[in-house]
Amino acid sequence: MSGWQEDGTTVGLTRPGFRDQAGLLAKLMIAPAIIYISAMIGIPFVLAILYSLSDVTTGDPTLRLIGLQNFREILADPVFRISLKNTFFFAFVSVTLVIILSRILATALMADFRGKWLVRFLIMLPWTAPISLGTIGWLWMYDSIFSPIDWILRSIGLLGTPGALLGAQPNLYWLGEPKLAMASVVLVHAWRLLPLATVIQLAGLSSIPRELLEAAEVDGAKGWRRTVEITIPLTLPIISIAFLFGLIFTFTDMTVVYVLTRGGPVHMTQVLSTWTFFKGIEGGDLAQGAAISLFLFPALAGVAALMLRMARRTEVV
Amino acid sequence: MARIEIRDVSKLFGEVRAVEGVNLLSTEGEFLVLLGPSGCGKTTLLRMIAGIEEPTSGDIVIDGQVVTHLPPRVRNIAMVFQSYALYPHMTVYKNIAFPLRARGMGRATIKDKVEWAAGMFGIGHLLDRKPRALSGGERQRVALARAMVREPSVFLLDEPLSNLDAILRASAREELRQFQKRVAVTTVYVTHDQVEAMGLGDRIVVMSKGSIRQVGTPAEIYQWPADTFVATFVGSPPMNLMEQGDLLVGFRPETFLPAEFVEVRDGGVTYPFEVTYLEYLGAERLVYGNVGEKFQARHVVSRLPGSVDVSIEAGSTYSFAVSRRDLRYFDRASGLRTDKGLA
Repeated sequence: MSGWQEDGTTVGLTRPGFRDQAGLLAKLMIAPAIIYISAMIGIPFVLAILYSLSDVTTGDPTLRLIGLQNFREILADPVFRISLKNTFFFAFVSVTLVIILSRILATALMADFRGKWLVRFLIMLPWTAPISLGTIGWLWMYDSIFSPIDWILRSIGLLGTPGALLGAQPNLYWLGEPKLAMASVVLVHAWRLLPLATVIQLAGLSSIPRELLEAAEVDGAKGWRRTVEITIPLTLPIISIAFLFGLIFTFTDMTVVYVLTRGGPVHMTQVLSTWTFFKGIEGGDLAQGAAISLFLFPALAGVAALMLRMARRTEVV
Repeated sequence: MARIEIRDVSKLFGEVRAVEGVNLLSTEGEFLVLLGPSGCGKTTLLRMIAGIEEPTSGDIVIDGQVVTHLPPRVRNIAMVFQSYALYPHMTVYKNIAFPLRARGMGRATIKDKVEWAAGMFGIGHLLDRKPRALSGGERQRVALARAMVREPSVFLLDEPLSNLDAILRASAREELRQFQKRVAVTTVYVTHDQVEAMGLGDRIVVMSKGSIRQVGTPAEIYQWPADTFVATFVGSPPMNLMEQGDLLVGFRPETFLPAEFVEVRDGGVTYPFEVTYLEYLGAERLVYGNVGEKFQARHVVSRLPGSVDVSIEAGSTYSFAVSRRDLRYFDRASGLRTDKGLA
């Protein structure tokens, strides 16, 4: 550093110290993150690949490589195929539902009205509860005998009387009927994801410059045309981020299915994450568990890559 | 073509009076400029004419029809925003076509009209591009084309040149003026830049603190400001004002010249001018200093054209004068121009 002395002479350059070496400093500062990621994600990931190619069990942890034998076996397993299908089904249906609902909520929350903070608070509430506790709450809601949903349906005459719309039986058995059980899982996922998606969509909507919406208004576009041609295209990058988050959360979540149905009835709601757990941990077959869990990887990587590319391609103002 | 009439319009934002009791009547095909400092309510007034904002009281009349509570799309107005507000995800073609599609026009008609509007602004070769691939000047033309394409009866512009660099701004100003004369659409133009206002407007509406201070041609505004606000807001440097009893006497810097250059036959006023600072600006010199004694020392500015090649130095006192016909008098209490001093 050079500077002026009082008498007008300059002070010489100070020797560059450790702090001035930007490259080295940068490496040092990013190191903790890289070490963390490799330790917490990299090592287990490599282990999972190794396990999937071996015959490791919880009883015999010695690593003997047996090639693709595990993959052949799980592909031949009908439960695996149901799990794979369900994983995609649950993820796409609940996330699509969430994107639509959060859009409506976010649009409503853009307007000014009294008690807005309370509505926002209530919408955020599911996000603040641990997913397992929330799901246990839903487990009670879906109870085969004491379900409050059934109780309401009965009291408004839709259920439990001869000729009622939903049948004469006193309960719907939410988690006992395959279709209803799947709907229940989807509903809990949607309930769980809605707050985050709403906040993301709200951020997207408020990032649209006001003049742009006013220009659309002056140009004569209101309601649907404005939504379809202006706000949705402009918030598409953000919608896709909400979509990506939703997919990853539902793909990787095992709590909802584990708590609600344990994959039942007869594996009808089994997903890859629960099937991995049942096979690998409860069943002790670590190798097959690892192989099942690895099936999630290409799907997740593909989704992530696709979404990031979409987000980049769509123009942001 | 249409006339715009603003009848006693006020707008409150909570407790804040953005616009207060504004009355204004345009003629057909007129270029009307709303001029004022930021926060004077000029943009709010424009937005009320557009229908984006609703007046708290009063009426907006376009072409004899009260439109106060009607949405923008039925007013047949077009607006160019300060940021141009081009739709970033649409090509230039789609941007220009958007207002037409919103009216449900047929594809072939839209194509013809878009090409016509693009041709008018010389942007025919840009139709496939997206706004982010355009320069500032090109974006401005696209915004103008999008506004003109549906042949509005009123054309509203909110500081459309403020995002252009100085050179581009001058040429854009000229083009805009010629274009407006050609299509003769009644235009309301908002700006805080007095050079733009003087250069563009048939008439200028000077606003301050939500109300109109003066409406007049650029010459009227400059030569005969209605009050001290207009006198000091329009003109750069502003009009010199000096206290004289219960009046303020005002004169433009370019009328305050060395005494030998001023015709004093009509009884001009001569002041001893103590020069404190000089700015040489090429075509002219700005001379800052004090006019002393008689009216308590008062800071004034003189603007000497290049033709006045008298040597002037800071620190000296010179005899400067103003011709009587260049003096303006204002009431000291109200700030309004008065004829009292002329007697």
